[in-house]
Amino acid sequence: MKTKLCLFLGVFAIVSSGCDAQENGPKIELPNSIDYTYEIVADSIDIPWGLTFLNEKAFLVTDKAGVLYHIENGIKTEVDGLPQVYVRGQGGLLDIAVSPDYATTGTIYFTTSSPLGEDKGGHTALYSTQLENNTLVNTKLLYKGDYNTKKGQHWGSRISFDDAGHLYFSIGDRGNREVNPQDITRDGGKIYRLNLDGSIPADNPFVHLANSRAAIYSYGHRNPQGMVTHPETGEIWTHEHGPRGGDEINIIKAGKNYGWPIITYGINYSGTPITDITQKEGLEQPLYYWLPSIAPSGMAFVTSDVYPNWKGDLFVGSLKFEYLERLKIKSNKVVKREKILDSIGRVRNVEEGPDGFLYVGVEGKGILKIVPKS
Amino acid sequence: MKVIFSFLFLSFSSIAIHLYQQKPLNQSIADGEEIYADFCLQCHMDNGQGVPGSFPPLAKSDYLKNIDQSIHAIKFGLKGPITVNGKSYNSNMISQGLDDEEIADVMNYILRSWGNKTDVIITEDKVAAIQK
Repeated sequence: MKTKLCLFLGVFAIVSSGCDAQENGPKIELPNSIDYTYEIVADSIDIPWGLTFLNEKAFLVTDKAGVLYHIENGIKTEVDGLPQVYVRGQGGLLDIAVSPDYATTGTIYFTTSSPLGEDKGGHTALYSTQLENNTLVNTKLLYKGDYNTKKGQHWGSRISFDDAGHLYFSIGDRGNREVNPQDITRDGGKIYRLNLDGSIPADNPFVHLANSRAAIYSYGHRNPQGMVTHPETGEIWTHEHGPRGGDEINIIKAGKNYGWPIITYGINYSGTPITDITQKEGLEQPLYYWLPSIAPSGMAFVTSDVYPNWKGDLFVGSLKFEYLERLKIKSNKVVKREKILDSIGRVRNVEEGPDGFLYVGVEGKGILKIVPKS
Repeated sequence: MKVIFSFLFLSFSSIAIHLYQQKPLNQSIADGEEIYADFCLQCHMDNGQGVPGSFPPLAKSDYLKNIDQSIHAIKFGLKGPITVNGKSYNSNMISQGLDDEEIADVMNYILRSWGNKTDVIITEDKVAAIQK
């Protein structure tokens, strides 16, 4: 019946509308009262992709176009010494994060689209570096995905850490969904785990499998652009862009397959189906899926008491609908969704600062700090 | 005499190289369709219809009548308010990092798709000549 109805409607709705599955709840709400405002702490950044705090006063912001900014007291300075950034399609300079041991080592990690390697095109690379006199020094390539491709899509990327000395980062499927996400002998469509020095942990899930990429921690991902360490459980939480419909939140577990493109709640942009199943034995189900897609980017938990009623909630940027989404989660189930900063612009990133405030990267604007109204 | 020969030789070779570089229009359009699906479709959509209020249409778009301006936008990005078919848009289009040949291909595709019609053939040289 549903198919018939779809066909019937399809005759009328010729304009690209396909048979999207039913909207997934809970329905997004507007707050009853808005008891917060924002101030701009860094202005005029086209695509503020990554944000990391050096201390309570200074932070670094990556612009996808291949520029790294240092911001202190509202003064924005370009940092020198970046390696070659391959700006192509959705790729460019991506995430940045200070190491958990930054206070003693000064180590900073970043991911970027990179043309290094023999094949034409590029892939996502992870570097470690240090900042001295506004210049990156001791910059080391820790990981470079291959095989390069000139495709513009799905580079990821986000970086996060657990409290056991591991770094996690994401690479998207690089526009080759039929091959990359399900093949652990190739890069792309994966979450990776490394030691802080870039070496591969001996207990990574695929280290003993011949030909596999030993840095892979989980696979079957499409394009993860949100990653955060859960403040209480220490688990790595990610979200990823689905196709049309089917953006997902996942908790990352060693060696697991998250199903792309075998299962998905989404369909092709053109409206045609990708697969007719949304679940299958051996493939992980998301903790939550967005339908319609919000195009999620950036992810943070509020752990501070700065905002009334927000402690423990998850915040995710929406590129598509141009707001910051607040998700209330109980026992790993999303029970409430709310629009924060409605119509603010394409939200690329959100981070909790060392001062407990939320900092939001908005395209064309810069970095916004959310401040409770007193 | 020798000089004239050299000159002629150089002219012929440059023409030959030029012709060799210039791929057939149907190949350019086919390559352009692939580029479109990769780099443009997500915002301008599968039938070039755009997204009302956010991303302007390319289908029967009056903006495309100014070809140099259109190439410039793809090559260097486009920022600030524009008007397309009487409606205003103010989204930031970033440069996609396409090379001149790819820009020529995608322009040849766009200018002949979704009801758009033209006799103009965009070449790699034409794109190379558009400066910031």
